[in-house]
Amino acid sequence: MAETKSISAIEQVLIDDFSLFDTWEEKYEYLIDIGKKLALLDPSYKTEEYKIKGCQSSVWIHSTYKDGLVYFEGDSDAIIVKGLVSLMIMVLSGHTPKEIVDAPLDFINAIGLSSHLAQTRSNGLRAMIKQMKLDAAAWGS
Amino acid sequence: MTDHKPFDVEQLRELFPILKRKVKGKDLVYFDNAATSQKPQSVVDAVSNYYSTYNANIHRGLHTLADEATAAYEESREAVKQFIGASTHEEIIFTKGTTEGINLVASSWGRANLNPGDEIIISTLEHHSNIVPWQMIAEERGASINVIPIDDNGVLDINAFKKLLNEKTKLVSIIHVSNALGVINPVEEIISLAHKQGALVMVDGAQSVVHLDIDVQKLDCDFMAFSGHKIYGPTGVGVLYGKKALLEAMPPYQGGGEMIKEVTFEKTTYNELPFKFEAGTPNIADVIALKTAIDFINAEGKPRMRAYEETLLTYATDKLKAIEGLKIIGDVPHKVSVISFIIDGVHPQDLAILLDNQGIAVRTGHHCAQPLMKRLGIVGTTRASFAPYNTIAEIDTLVSALHKALKMLK
Ligand SMILES: Cc1ncc(COP(=O)(O)O)c(C=O)c1O
Repeated sequence: MAETKSISAIEQVLIDDFSLFDTWEEKYEYLIDIGKKLALLDPSYKTEEYKIKGCQSSVWIHSTYKDGLVYFEGDSDAIIVKGLVSLMIMVLSGHTPKEIVDAPLDFINAIGLSSHLAQTRSNGLRAMIKQMKLDAAAWGS
Repeated sequence: MTDHKPFDVEQLRELFPILKRKVKGKDLVYFDNAATSQKPQSVVDAVSNYYSTYNANIHRGLHTLADEATAAYEESREAVKQFIGASTHEEIIFTKGTTEGINLVASSWGRANLNPGDEIIISTLEHHSNIVPWQMIAEERGASINVIPIDDNGVLDINAFKKLLNEKTKLVSIIHVSNALGVINPVEEIISLAHKQGALVMVDGAQSVVHLDIDVQKLDCDFMAFSGHKIYGPTGVGVLYGKKALLEAMPPYQGGGEMIKEVTFEKTTYNELPFKFEAGTPNIADVIALKTAIDFINAEGKPRMRAYEETLLTYATDKLKAIEGLKIIGDVPHKVSVISFIIDGVHPQDLAILLDNQGIAVRTGHHCAQPLMKRLGIVGTTRASFAPYNTIAEIDTLVSALHKALKMLK
C-alpha cells in the first residue's frame, strides 16, 4: 500500500466489497475465499500460548511491533472463522496501538454477515477482537 | 397402554407451536432435540395456567390456592413415580435437572459413604455433569475414579468394566444413552455386575427417559437422574430417583425451609422423604407442567413414538452415509435417534453456521463430553437428534443443505 489507509477507510472498502453480493451464500463464499487466501501462520505460533480461549474452533493470533505499528498474523481450523480472522487482520494490521484499541469495528454488522452469524458468541469473534486489542495495548505500553 | 392410532406426524406437529416459526426466512428444521426438546402447547399452557389461576406457595398454606397448588405439585410426583416405575412417591425428588440430581447424590451420599481408597467407576462416554461432581467428591474424600473404556464406535468394553470392579468399588455412575453418540449402554448388565460386587449404581437418564421404557424397579438401579426439558417438559425441573432405604440413610443436601420437621437453635430435625431433599420453595410451576409433559408422552405412547423415530433414524443414516467423506460415529444397532458425524476436512463449526443459515438447528462441538472427543481423537462432531415431530422431508432438507454447505466450503 502506497499510502496507509485508516482503519475506518479499510472497513469501508470491505463494506463496499461485500455490498456487491445480494445473497448470504455469495457473502459466505467470499468470506471463505478470503479465509483461504490468508497467509500461512508459522506453525511455531500454533500453540496454546497464541490460542484464543472461548472459541468452538481453534483460533491463533500472533502479533509483532515495528516502527510504532502493530502487525498481526493468525489462523483457524474452521474456514469461516479463518475468513473472519483474515478480515480482522486486514482491518487492524499495520496501525498504531492506539488506533487499534480505539477502533469501534462496526463493519461486521455493516457487511451484513452478522445476521447470519447466529453463533457470534461461540465463533469467538468477540474473543478474537478482545485479544487483538489486548495485544495492541501491550505493545503500546 | 392405550390402543394407539397409527402415527400421524402432521397431527403431532400441530401440538408444537414453535414448529411453525421461520429461521432466516426458512421453515425451522429442529434437529437439536438431544439438547432440549420442544414443548407441546399443553405444557406451555400448564405453566401459564398455574400462574394465572392458582399460584401459591405449597405444603404450608391453609388456603384454597395453596391447597390446589400443593395437590397439583404432588400429583406430578405421582405421575413421575408411575412414569419410571418407582415403588413409592418418597423415592421421587424434584431437582432442577440431571446435573443437580447427580450433584445431590455425589455430595450427600458421597460425603457419608466414601472413604480414602474407595473407588467410583464412570465411563468414557460421560457428559461433564456425570464426571465433575464425582471428581469433586472423590478429591474431598480421598477416593479415586476409574473409567470404563470404549471402542471407536462408542461401545463400552464390558470385560474391562468387569476388571475394574473390585471390593473397593463403592459406586458406578453410568450414562444410559450417550448424548454425544446416541449409543445405548447395557445398564441392566452393568447394574447386576456392580451389585454382585456390592457397589451401587447411579444411572444418568438424561437421554434415555424420553426414548426408552423405564422401570427403575426392574432395572434395579439405585439412583437415576433426568431432566424435564428433554422430555417435552419445562426447563428448570428434573427428577432424582433413589431407592427409599438409601435416601433415608443419606444426610440432607441443602438446608432451609421445606426440608425440616422442627428447628431450634440447638438442633434441627429433618422432614421425611421426599421433602428432606427439597429445601426451599421449589419450582412449582415447572414441576406441575412436568406432569403435563408426561401426560403427553403417555397419550402418544413412548413405543409408538420410538418406532417412528427409528424410521427417521434409519432413513437419515442411509442418506447421510451416502455423502462422500461423511463418517457416522456410533453407527451401532443399539442406539436412539441421534446421529453424530464428522466429514473429512470439514470443521463442524463451519457446517453449523452454514446449516443455520438454511434454517436447520443441529449441534456441533464436543457435546459436553471432552474426554470422549479426546478418546475418539476428534475436536467435535455435528449431531442431528430427532424427535417424533420431525419428518422425512426435514431429513431431505438436511441432506441437501449439507450438500450445499460442502460445495461452499470446497
Ligand atoms: C447425558 C446427559 N447428562 C446430563 C446432562 C445435563 O442435563 P441438565 O443440563 O439438564 O442438568 C445432559 C444434558 O445435556 C445429558 O445429555
